Amino acid sequence: MVEWTDFERSTIQDIFSRIEYGVVGPAALARCLVVYPWTQRYFGSFGNLYNADAIKGNPMISKHGTTIMHGLDRAVKNMDDIINTYTELSVLHSEKLHVDPDNFKLLADCLTIVVAAQLGKEFTGEVQAAFQKFLAMVVSALGRQYH
Amino acid sequence: MYKKTNVRADLHSTKNSSGKMSLSTKDKETVKAFWSKVSGKSEDIGNDALSRMLVVYPQTKTYFSHWKELTPGSAPVRKHGMTVMKGVGDAVSKIEDLTAGLMELSELHAFTLRVDPANFKILSHNILVVFAIMFPKEFTAEVHVSMDKFLAALARALAEKYR
Repeated sequence: MVEWTDFERSTIQDIFSRIEYGVVGPAALARCLVVYPWTQRYFGSFGNLYNADAIKGNPMISKHGTTIMHGLDRAVKNMDDIINTYTELSVLHSEKLHVDPDNFKLLADCLTIVVAAQLGKEFTGEVQAAFQKFLAMVVSALGRQYH
Repeated sequence: MYKKTNVRADLHSTKNSSGKMSLSTKDKETVKAFWSKVSGKSEDIGNDALSRMLVVYPQTKTYFSHWKELTPGSAPVRKHGMTVMKGVGDAVSKIEDLTAGLMELSELHAFTLRVDPANFKILSHNILVVFAIMFPKEFTAEVHVSMDKFLAALARALAEKYR
């Protein structure tokens, strides 16, 4: 059972209340597809992913980026029960989408970098630690139902 | 079962001698261009990246038990951050052959420092985070991928002499 300090709780709530899901989500997903191109394997039906500009301008990628942020929002609102919050989503990613769970960490790293760029100096080491701890919990919960 | 995904033309222009995942001509140009923009802030970058690493990945503090203090921004941290970034800058200048260029540094890390190579990845991540914070406009996805590849290649060259 994970323990959150008051600082970590308030930091996560603060970050997610400040970032625009429709901006950060698409930017993080697009960055992931550019920086780790093998992740494009899951988006074969999304149309043109030929180069970085195509990826950034792709409306289906953009929409999915926003969807991902709303998925994260569930954990933000249920920080004390992230594991159970993601049971169904974990099954979905495993049984239906067949996503290698290593990819979750890659997306998490891109999200960290996008949020860092947004928050600038306010993304201190302590804030980064809290954010990465939160994302690590999400990544772990999403991988839990794989077998 | 899976549709053939879009083939990326730039991956096929790689010219390398090692055959491993390697830096394309475009990567090298991107790295040099970005480095010329940011190297003036090397000291701040190194200090922030190292400080961040010690806070976010506390296990890395085990390598610095000989320092008087480990607080972010303290003198030993700032000094060492500069040392690390000088090494990165040196690697940029030797980008055509990192293995040969970093041989002495590899021996240092292998036989004297004996830093577990997993930590290179950790420090690289924090350097990238600092790039994003300090240069949000310049650190685009394209620059990010080239810098990530470069730091990974640097780490590989540093680990060359380990065993």
